[in-house]
Amino acid sequence: MPNYQPHLDALTRIRDIRGAMVVATGDGLVVAEKLMAGVESQPLAAMAASLAGRAADLTERSGYGLPRFLQLQCADGTLLVATGGPELVLVALAGRDAPLGLARLELLRLAERLA
Amino acid sequence: MPDDIRALTAQLAQDPTSLVFLRLGEALRQRGQLDAALKVALQGLSRYPHLPDAHDLYARILADKRDYAAAFDEWDTVLRLAPNHVGAHKGIGFLYYRAGDREQALHHLRLAAEADPGDEGLRAAVERVAGGREIWEEGAPAQKGEHEAGPPPGRAPAQKGEHLQGPPPGRAPEAPFPGLEGALERLLLVDRDGLRLGGALRSPEGRDVSDVAAAALDALAREAARAARLLGLGEWSQLTVECAGVHLAVQRPTPETSLLAATAAELPAGQLALYADRAARAARSWLERIR
Repeated sequence: MPNYQPHLDALTRIRDIRGAMVVATGDGLVVAEKLMAGVESQPLAAMAASLAGRAADLTERSGYGLPRFLQLQCADGTLLVATGGPELVLVALAGRDAPLGLARLELLRLAERLA
Repeated sequence: MPDDIRALTAQLAQDPTSLVFLRLGEALRQRGQLDAALKVALQGLSRYPHLPDAHDLYARILADKRDYAAAFDEWDTVLRLAPNHVGAHKGIGFLYYRAGDREQALHHLRLAAEADPGDEGLRAAVERVAGGREIWEEGAPAQKGEHEAGPPPGRAPAQKGEHLQGPPPGRAPEAPFPGLEGALERLLLVDRDGLRLGGALRSPEGRDVSDVAAAALDALAREAARAARLLGLGEWSQLTVECAGVHLAVQRPTPETSLLAATAAELPAGQLALYADRAARAARSWLERIR
């Protein structure tokens, strides 16, 4: 099994990134994770996989192909998801003060390595 | 420069965080110095983006500049921040009146009058717009000559040939995104059943994929809301989906509708959000008008 920990370490070094994980898209199971205290693993993995699935449904039906990146902007934080191949997604949970542009770039860079 | 404007300008220069920009902007507007008023209002808004009176000031200036669609958006923002804001209800009432929608105009003017019962001019405006049918519990009956419909007080009367982007009374506007680039290929508005309300979406090959996308769009917006709730992230404002050649933004202009906005992947990410925000405002205005 590949060692995902360096990827997760790189992500969680970014300011106000509260957690990162690698998730299997098919069943939403956690493959690897690094989370701050208080961040629950299972709901994060399940919701990220589910949201990625719904987004893929829309983009494929519309002829745009599979999404490579999702960003759910909310009042108290942001959920970021990048596709790392056909079966994995890289997920990060950002607080309100996280530099989202930097987090997006890092997530895309690492997801490319997963693919 | 008149003394009051000079004094207010000095006061604002001394304390740029002061709310005196509201008085200064209004004073400039009333003197017809609209560009200067606009500058003051925008500077104030950048400091106080959630202050209803700042949006109200901006809207009045836009209305004076005859940018009625933008003024409507601003007053709509005011009502989201402060649902009983008298100035915003008066402003939106005025715009509906201009557009020929007397029913909606009356609705907003009544709300304004209820919020400010001491404003006799407003009560008279309601009576005029109601065509003399309005009965106030203790107000004097409308005088002869006031029955002819006229604009609310403090506003210029509508000029011949001028219309807000809205429809004639009793008819729905044809499209929710008038004047927006890509309105018939990159903007889609759907209801809670996944049915298309307006706009259209085309695939990269130019195929109309509006209905299939509409069916999936509401489900995606619901999933976004569920994720935000379950992860304790508060209210969601936008879901961005990046594909190889296109970037999509999903928003909920109202609780009952979902909006999809698409731009080329080459465009900066910030422009997608601006485009989607603008489309969402247009959709809200359209929905408000056709209700």
